Amino acid sequence: HYAAAQKQAEPAVLQPTPQPKDDFQEELVVRPLHSGDIYASFQFRTLWETDFMRGNKVSHYRLFPKSLGQVISKFSVRELHISFTQGYWRTMQWGQPYLPSPPGAELWVWFQDSVTDVDATWKELTNVLSGIFCASLNFIDSTNTVQPSASFKPLGIGNVTDHRFLRYATLPREIVCTENLTPWKKLLPCGSKAGLAVLLKSEKLFHSSFHSQAVHIRPVCQDWQCKTTSWELRQTLNVVFDLHNSGQGKREWSLFKMFSRTLTEACPLASSSKIYIDITDNPEQFELSPATSLLSQAMVLGDRRTFSVYDLTQQDTFGSVRSLNLLIRWKSTEGDMLRPLLHAERYVAGYGLQTGEIHTLMYNHHPYRSFPVLLLDSVPWYLRLYIHTLTVTSKGKDNKPSYIHYQPSKDRVRPHLLEMLVQLPPNSVTEVTVQFERALLKWTEYTPDPNHGFYVGSSVISSLVPSTVAMDTNSTRERPLFSSFFPCKEESSYFVRVYTEPLLVNLPTPDFSMPYNVICLTCTVVAVGYGSLYNLLTRSFQIEEPSPGLAKRIANVIRKMRGVPPL
Amino acid sequence: MFLSERRRGQLAALSIAAVVIIVGVPLWWRTTETYRAWLPVSQIKELAKLQLQLSADVEVVFARGTVTPEQQKKVPLTQTQEEERAIDGDLIILFLILLIRNTKLESKFFSCHVLFLPEDTALRYSTQADLYLLAFQDVNVYIGQRRTALLRIGPQMRVGKTLEQLLAHLEPRIKQVLQVMSFSHNDITAALSDRVRFSPDNKESIADSMRAFKSSPGYEITFSLLNPDPKSHRLHWDIEGAVQTYIQPLLTKLSPVANFSIDSQTLYYTMLGVNPRFDTSRSAYTLNADSLAHVINPVEARLGSNAASSNPVLNFLLYVPDAQHSPLYIQGRKKQEVPSNAFHSPRWGGIMVYNVNGFYGSEPEFPVDINIDMAKVMGVFLAQLRLLLGVQSSTPPPGFLVARCGSTGLADWELDRLMWSRSVENVATATTTITSLAQLLDQIGNIVINDNIAQQVSSAVTSLQLAVAELEAGNLGFALQYSKEAILASEKAFFDPSLLHLLYFPDDQKFAIYIPLFLPMCVPILLSLLKIVSEARQRRREKQAKKD
Repeated sequence: HYAAAQKQAEPAVLQPTPQPKDDFQEELVVRPLHSGDIYASFQFRTLWETDFMRGNKVSHYRLFPKSLGQVISKFSVRELHISFTQGYWRTMQWGQPYLPSPPGAELWVWFQDSVTDVDATWKELTNVLSGIFCASLNFIDSTNTVQPSASFKPLGIGNVTDHRFLRYATLPREIVCTENLTPWKKLLPCGSKAGLAVLLKSEKLFHSSFHSQAVHIRPVCQDWQCKTTSWELRQTLNVVFDLHNSGQGKREWSLFKMFSRTLTEACPLASSSKIYIDITDNPEQFELSPATSLLSQAMVLGDRRTFSVYDLTQQDTFGSVRSLNLLIRWKSTEGDMLRPLLHAERYVAGYGLQTGEIHTLMYNHHPYRSFPVLLLDSVPWYLRLYIHTLTVTSKGKDNKPSYIHYQPSKDRVRPHLLEMLVQLPPNSVTEVTVQFERALLKWTEYTPDPNHGFYVGSSVISSLVPSTVAMDTNSTRERPLFSSFFPCKEESSYFVRVYTEPLLVNLPTPDFSMPYNVICLTCTVVAVGYGSLYNLLTRSFQIEEPSPGLAKRIANVIRKMRGVPPL
Repeated sequence: MFLSERRRGQLAALSIAAVVIIVGVPLWWRTTETYRAWLPVSQIKELAKLQLQLSADVEVVFARGTVTPEQQKKVPLTQTQEEERAIDGDLIILFLILLIRNTKLESKFFSCHVLFLPEDTALRYSTQADLYLLAFQDVNVYIGQRRTALLRIGPQMRVGKTLEQLLAHLEPRIKQVLQVMSFSHNDITAALSDRVRFSPDNKESIADSMRAFKSSPGYEITFSLLNPDPKSHRLHWDIEGAVQTYIQPLLTKLSPVANFSIDSQTLYYTMLGVNPRFDTSRSAYTLNADSLAHVINPVEARLGSNAASSNPVLNFLLYVPDAQHSPLYIQGRKKQEVPSNAFHSPRWGGIMVYNVNGFYGSEPEFPVDINIDMAKVMGVFLAQLRLLLGVQSSTPPPGFLVARCGSTGLADWELDRLMWSRSVENVATATTTITSLAQLLDQIGNIVINDNIAQQVSSAVTSLQLAVAELEAGNLGFALQYSKEAILASEKAFFDPSLLHLLYFPDDQKFAIYIPLFLPMCVPILLSLLKIVSEARQRRREKQAKKD
C-alpha cells in the first residue's frame, strides 16, 4: 500500500520536465528585387520526433497540427506537398524564387508502399485536404492526375522510388484567397497571434503581384546517424509586393508599409525566430535601418548571398520602442541582376478551333555549360496530342531527347503525360513543339463559363543547374588558393524547378440551348412529314366537275334570259 | 366507288390510331419509365409502428433462512410479468419481466438475492465475486458492481407469512431494482427522443435526454490543452499516461457499444469568448453560468474538425487562464462556486478551468514550468465522459445503495443499461430513416430506385427485425450488433447519391420536350376519330329516321 501511494503521489510532484520532442522555427527572408519590387518569403518549420506509421498510435499532438497528423497516419502518406499560388512568378524580372510553385493549386503526394489501392486513397485524401484548406481540391480526379516517372522524386528520406506510389495533380484554375490563408495560418502553433505570423494580414498579402502559400510534409533524419526519422512540416508563404501598386512608386519599404504591422515579439514556442535581409548588393543600392551587426552568408540557388540577420528571440532587436519596423531604402536604381540561368515559357500557336500547337521554350543562359533538364507536361485529354509531331530543336538543329516517357490519354479517364530529358546547349533556346487537336466535349462537360477557355497546367522543368559560383573566376580571392582548383561538388550545381505559364485554350463551344432546339426542330419535321402522310392516307378523294369559265357562265346567263338551253 | 373511298380513309385513320395506341404508347412508356426496384413496403409499415418488447430475466435467490424449505420447494420456476407502456401514441413498448426463481438456473442477467436481516445489524455477505455490506438501517436494497442486487426484508415479513404474501411484498421492490439496473421510463423516452414530442412541462427531462451523444458506431475523443499565455506558462501534461490510466479502462469496458479513438492536442493563444469579471470580494475572476454558452464558439474554430473520420467528436478542454486573468472560477446560477471548476456542453464536450497561480511561488520568473495534476483533471473529464456517453446514474429511489464503481469506472449493469438504450435508439433511428425513405420514394415517382438501394433497404429491414427479436429474447449484444447494422444500411440507402439523379427533372421540362411531337401527331388522330364517331352517329340517326 505504501509503495502504491508513493507511486500515486510521485507524478504530480517530482516528475522531471519532459524534454519536448518537437521543435518549431520561424523565418522571414526579404529580398529586394532589381525591378524595385520586394520579395518576402516566410518559412515555418515544425519538426516532430515521431513515427506515424507505427500502428497509427500517434495521437498526442503538441506543436504539430492534429488535422495534418491524422491525414498522414490515416492515408499512409510518406510525403505531401501542396501549394496555392495566385499570380505568376516572373523569373526574368525577379530571379529564381526560393520555393517555386505553379499558378493555381498543386498537389503531389508519395504514399507508403503499404498502400494497396493508391487511387482510392488519393481520391479520399484530396477530398479531406480540400476540407482542411477550403480549396477545390475535390476537383482532382483521374482526368488531371498523373504519375510522373522522373520529375518528382521524394525530398525526404526513404528509398522507395516506385512511381506507382506517387500522384501529381494541378488545378491551374484555382483562385487563392483569404479563405485559403485562414486555415493555413491555423496550422501554426502560435496562429497569427505572435511571432512572424502577425505580419500575415490578408488584405495586404493579397494586394500583391504574387502570392504563394504551401505546406510540405516529409520524413527527415533525426540526427546525423539517421537511425530514426522525424517528421518535418514546412509551411511557406511567398509574396512579392509591387513597386507601383503597393509601394506608391517610391523605392522605400518597411515592414509596416508591406504588412501594415510591426513586430513586437517572437513566437514564444519557437526555438529560433529570425529575419534575413538579402544585402548582397548593399551598400551600393540600398540602406537598411535599424542596422544590424549580424551577418550571415549562405549559398542560395548557386549564388553566394550575404544576409543581415535580425534575431527576434533577443530582446535588444526590438530596441527601446519595443517594436521592430525594418526599413529598406533604395539609393539608386542602377545595377543589373544576375540573369537566371534557366528559364522557360510556353504558348499555344495556331488558328481556328480544330488544331493547334503547343510551344515550350527553354532558355539556357549559361555562357559555356550545357546541362540536362527534365520536362514534364500534363495535358488534359480534350487536347489530343499528335505525339508524332513532337519536335525538339535547339539552335536550329534537332535535339534528340535522351529519355522520353509518354503516356497517351484516355478520353474522360486520364490526361496525356509527357516527360523527357533534354540536353540544353549553352546559351541557347530549346523549343519543344507538339500539335494537338481539340476534342468535342459532351454538353454537360463544359465549365459554367466555357467561352473563357480551358486551362492546361504549367509544364514543370526540373534540373540541376551549374552554379554561378563555379562560373565566377574571382571567387578565388575569398578562399585559399589550394581549395579552389577543382569545383566542389556541393557548390557546382544546384536543383531548380521552373514552372511555365499555364495555357488557356479555347475549345469549340456549342450553343447550350441546342438540345431543346434540336428536339423542337426534329419534332416539327416529323410532325410535318407525318401530317402530310396522314392526310394522304385518310383523305377521301372524289372527282369534281370542273366549274365552267367566266365567259361560259355569262353566256349561260344571257341564254337563260333568252330562254335558250345553256351550253 | 365514292363510299368505298370514304370507308378506306376511315379505316386508315382507325388503323393509325390503333398503331399509335398499341405500339407507340407502350413503347414511349417503356423507354421513359424510371427504374424502381421492389421495396418491402409492407414490412416497413409493420416496423413503423415500432412495437418493441424488451425483456430482462431476473433470478431471485432466497438466502438461507428467508424462506422455509417447504416454501422454497413451492416457489414457481418462472413467472412472467408484463408491463405495457405507450410513449406518444403509436409506439407501444412492452416490458416483459421474466422472474426465474431457481437457484440452479444459470442466470442470464440479473440476480436478486433476498435476505432476511434483523433491522439493526450490519451484514457482510459475499458471493464469489462481490462483497456486500449492508451497514445501515435505512438501506433496504444494495446494488452491486456486477449484475447483482441485494434485497433486505424486515422481520415483519419473516414471521408467519405465506409465500404468496412474501412474493407480493417482493414484487414492487424487484421492479424498482430493475428500473434502476435495466431501464426506466425516462431512459426509453430519452432513447426515443427523435420520435417523441415532448410535452413542455418536463423541461428537466428534456435537458437530461439531450445531454448524451446520439448513438453512433464510433466516437472520437479529443483532449485539448488550451494555453492562452505561452509566454507565462510552460505547461506539461502527461496526457498519454493519464489516458492509459483513467480513460482507457472505461473505454475498453465500453467497447461493445462503440469504437473509440483518443487523441490530444495543445492549442496556444486560444481565448475564451467572454471576458471574465473581476470579483473583488474573492480577488478572483469569475465566469457566470449564463455566459458559459458563449465560451465555446471562438475556441471551437481552433479545435479543428476531425479529418480522418466522420464520427462525432467529444471535446474535452483544459483551459489554463493567462497570468493576468488568474485565478478564474466558474460561478453557478445561484452565485455559488462550482467545486470542480468545470462545465459541460450537451452533445459537445466539457471544459475545465485549471488555475495555476498556486504554482507561481513568491517571485515568479516567467515562463513558469507547470506540471498539470492529471488525476484531478481526469476525474472531472471522466465524470463528464460518463454523462456525455449516456451512462448517467439516475438518482436511486430512497432506501437504495449503489456500489461505487471500481477501477473501470463502469458497473456491469450500467453497461447493460447503455446497451439497452443504445439498441432501442438505434432501432428507432433506423426505423425512422427507413420509413421516411419509403415515404419519400412513394411520394416522388421520379426517383430511380436501383437494385443496390433495394438491397440496402431490405438488409436494413432484416437487421431491424433481427434486432427487435433479439431485444425480445434479451440478448443485448446481438441486439446492439443488429441495430448498428440496420443503422448503417438504412443511412447508406437514404444518402445514396443515385436517388438524386432525376429528382430535379421537373414536369414542365418534360412537357416542353413532348409537346412539339405529341401535339401535331395527336390532333389529327383525335379529330378524325371524332369525325368518324359523329358520322357513325349521324348514319344511325338517318337509319332510324328511315325506319320511322
